[in-house]
Amino acid sequence: MKFGVIVFPGSNCDRDVATVTDGLLNQSTRMIWHQETDLDDLDVVVIPGGFSYGDYLRCGAIARFSPVMQAIIKHAEQGKFILGICNGFQVLTEVGLLPGALIRNRDLHFICDRVPIRVENNQLPWTKPYSNHQVITVPIAHGEGRYYTDQDTLKSLEDNGQILFRYCSQIGEINEESNPNGSLDNIAGIINKKGNILGMMPHPERASDPLLRSIEGRGLFEGLIEAKMLINRI
Amino acid sequence: MSQQYQCRIYVTLRPSVLDPAGTAVQSGLKQLGYEGVEQVRIGKYIELTMTATDESHARQQLDEMCDRLLANPVIENYRFEITTVTSNQLLMG
Repeated sequence: MKFGVIVFPGSNCDRDVATVTDGLLNQSTRMIWHQETDLDDLDVVVIPGGFSYGDYLRCGAIARFSPVMQAIIKHAEQGKFILGICNGFQVLTEVGLLPGALIRNRDLHFICDRVPIRVENNQLPWTKPYSNHQVITVPIAHGEGRYYTDQDTLKSLEDNGQILFRYCSQIGEINEESNPNGSLDNIAGIINKKGNILGMMPHPERASDPLLRSIEGRGLFEGLIEAKMLINRI
Repeated sequence: MSQQYQCRIYVTLRPSVLDPAGTAVQSGLKQLGYEGVEQVRIGKYIELTMTATDESHARQQLDEMCDRLLANPVIENYRFEITTVTSNQLLMG
């Protein structure tokens, strides 16, 4: 399995991701500078957290026009995996690979915390290692993580099982009290229709190393590696 | 002949999108005693100058810029104003 981690000016979780994929899971991983244009060797592209191009104008707005983006779109069209974490999620919505937008948190605070999220659909490579409706606790760190979209898009996300994670209480209840940023319907992560692109605000890479006392986010990466192995067996 | 234009672009959150920053400023104004303030919405103001062959071309380009980069149509509306920069203004720098 070959991973590539996009590095924009302002990315700051890029090495955390590589530490997981390369360091902990022994998968070939290379860092991809935003000016590269050939990603054909990769199975998974990760767009990490941070502040691409300083997040000037809007989060992810300028990254959308970086040279690497055409190659990312091609990678997506080939059905290969793309994981956008935090700023990466914002970039994926700006570029239109995922619907909706991430806007300023309801309470205006930058939130740095660990929150429970519920796995809403475990039938995808990303979530196969989890049981359905399993609650995992994963760090969040964002000022603009409130997911927003129009009602029609929300309905189609729900109808197609594209909502992968929702913020919830410790025992998995979805309610306003357990919604840290005011996201529509407590949405923490969504996939595209095909299921090969995932955007999420929580940081699974920060909950993948036993040293950090939680490996509840690691399943996402392991699920992908397992999926690739299944493909190879066919 | 191309002409220089001064452009003022206003980007605002769509009415359906909750604006927590606006709400916070509204409560600040209330604390100062301005009870009559009913709704505050915060947006972005962008100024730019550009050259184009004529005003309709300038407007068309601005519309494109707003749609592609300056605003996000999912959450924001935009409008803009254009004025012609006269040679007099150019001389005055």
